[in-house]
Formats: sequence, structure tokens, C-alpha cells
Amino acid sequence: MSTQTDKRRPYVRPMDGWWKKDPYFLRYMAMEATSVLVAVYAVILLVGLARLSQGEAAYNGWLAALKSPLSVAFHGLILLVFAYHTWSWFKVMPKTMPMIFLGGKKLPQAAITWTGVVVAVAVNLLVLCMLVRVQP
Amino acid sequence: MAESTKTIEIEVLRYRPEQDQEPFYQTYSVPFADDWSVLQGLQYIKDDLDSSLSFRWSCRMAICGSCGMMIAGVPKLGCRTFLRNYYPGKVRVGPLNHFPIERDLVVEIDDFIAKLERIKPYIIPKQPRRLDEGEYLQTPQQLEQFRQFSACINCTLCYAACPQYGLDPEFMGPGILALLHRYNADSRDGAREERMELVNAEEGVWGCTAVGYCSEVCPKQVDPANAVNQNKVNSAKDYFLRFVTPRGAGK
Repeated sequence: MSTQTDKRRPYVRPMDGWWKKDPYFLRYMAMEATSVLVAVYAVILLVGLARLSQGEAAYNGWLAALKSPLSVAFHGLILLVFAYHTWSWFKVMPKTMPMIFLGGKKLPQAAITWTGVVVAVAVNLLVLCMLVRVQP
Repeated sequence: MAESTKTIEIEVLRYRPEQDQEPFYQTYSVPFADDWSVLQGLQYIKDDLDSSLSFRWSCRMAICGSCGMMIAGVPKLGCRTFLRNYYPGKVRVGPLNHFPIERDLVVEIDDFIAKLERIKPYIIPKQPRRLDEGEYLQTPQQLEQFRQFSACINCTLCYAACPQYGLDPEFMGPGILALLHRYNADSRDGAREERMELVNAEEGVWGCTAVGYCSEVCPKQVDPANAVNQNKVNSAKDYFLRFVTPRGAGK
């Protein structure tokens, strides 16, 4: 009787550079990366708060720094990044929630995403209007 | 075959463990008709060009879940993907990502099957019910809580779409967690507490980073990402509630 040898040799493929292999993964990584800039911007605002506590001169210095061309360009970039961040997270939002029933029918995921987007746009417009009104 | 005038090149990732050190692409020219699926193309190769090619299939109508494969880099069922969508270009076909390759397009899913057994994928009644007590009653809303998750056909396309599973095969993965939720969300079931231990574990729902591609590739609209992420909330509740209602036995 011959000895049977196992010919099985399962091949495990490497995962190196997995996120470059599908556009879906690229968009996911972009979504994750936007979180970093959101955190950076939170730090910038916190610095403003700290400067405010140090008095008028310190606060005005911080305001002047925000008006530099480099800062204005950075704010343009941040605006785009925040818009994508907002959109991508509202797109994920319905996946993270229990089912919602309205009149016995399940609320479609798109309705949840768009409600989030509309609320975000409305709140931003409201804040913008308030800023314009208090402008000296 | 008489009506066929077109020929498509199918590049198949081959791997024969007894002779190949690593996988390689082999190209076959396949004459096809407009209504041919990728699976039919592979069957043509096996019948007429190269009988050594291995792949799994059974029902040809997207219900057995056997013919999952990477088609042009996307996890799809071979039987519900048409060759005409890739013509006049070539189409690349490979075994499902993130699983070890057993041979050619056949992947080793032992890990998936073992996990499937662990979640107890069947209803465990809250208490034994006598025949004369009649059937279980459910409202349409109670049915809706698990209906979509019960549509899973175990095709494992979601695993091929999940980079977290590829990076760490200990992760329970989208399909299994969706099936787990299918039973936990069922009003007739009474084994939620047992299954929550699997949900709460390091390799449970917290291994998910909400990539969401699993739901995108699912051929049955199960939406596993929804099941997994709903259970992050459940898991968090479970964690905090144990301070309020101790369960004993270190749970």
C-alpha cells in the first residue's frame, strides 16, 4: 500500500497595496483621510479659543494670521474636504442605524442620507446668514 | 453555438498546487452568444479547450452561491454576469479575494464554514412550544427586522470585498455577522445573549471599519454593512447594560 501524500497547498495572496486595487477602496481611504483634516481644523479653532482667553491683542493676532494668503488657500481646501467628509459620512449613516419605520414602511436609506445632507446645508446657511448680519 | 459570431478573450488565474509555485494568468479565446454568462464561458473552456480548469458552480441562477469569483477585479457571481458586458475587451477572472486559493478558481472557505457553525444559524426558541400552542405569530414589522438578512446565500462575495477580513482573517466578517443578526433580530429566537458574546469579541463587529463595499457587491441586497453597524450599537448597549444588570459567570 502506497503512502498518500497531501497535494493541497492553499495559496495565500498578499494584501500589500490593497486600497489601490479598487476605486471603492480609494474613496474609502479618501473619506478616512478627510477625518485627519477635520481634526487639524478643530485644533486651529481651539488655538483661537486659547488666544481669546489671553486677551484682545492675542486674539487679533490669531485673526490676522487667518487672513494670510496661505491661510485663505488652506481654507479653500478645507471647504472642499469638509464637503466630501459631510457627504461620505451621511452616505454611511443609514448603514449604522436601526431600521426606521414610517407608516409601517421601512424608510429607504437614500432618505436618511439626504435628510442629513439637507440639514447640514440648512444649518450652514443659517450660520452664514447670522455671520453676515453681525458683520459691522 | 451556431448563432455565435463573437469571440472574447477570457484570462483566468490558474493555480495547480502540485506543479505551480504561484498563480499565473492563462488566456482562452471563447466564442460566445449574447446571453452567455461568465460561468458559461468557463464551462466552454472546461468542455472544449482545457479540461484541467477547476471552478465551483451548481444552480446557474444566483441562488446556490457557488460560483462567486473576481470578474474584472470585482466580486461577482459568474452565473449572473454576462460576457457581453466586457466585449470587445478581455475579461479577467480570478478566485475570490482574501481567501486562500485551493486550485484555479476554487478557494478554501473552511474558515467561513467554521464561523457559520459558531453563530448557531438557526432559531433557538425562547421556550419549548407544544404543537397544540399553534404557530408563532409575527407582525410585518417584526418580519422586516430580519427578512433582508435571511436572503444570504453564503456566496462569500462580501468577504472578497472586505479588506478588514483580508488583513485579519480572525474577523468574523460581513456575511457571518449579517446571518448572526438575522437570528438575533428574529422575535422567535431566544439565543441572543449567547450570540452577543461573538458580536462583542475583538473579532466581532468591532473589526469592521465601515468600508461598506460588502453591501455594494451583495447579489441579494442583504446589506451586511447595516447588520454589522447596527450591532456596534447593540454591542455598546450590551457593554454598558451589564453594569446595570449583572449576569454572573463573568459575562
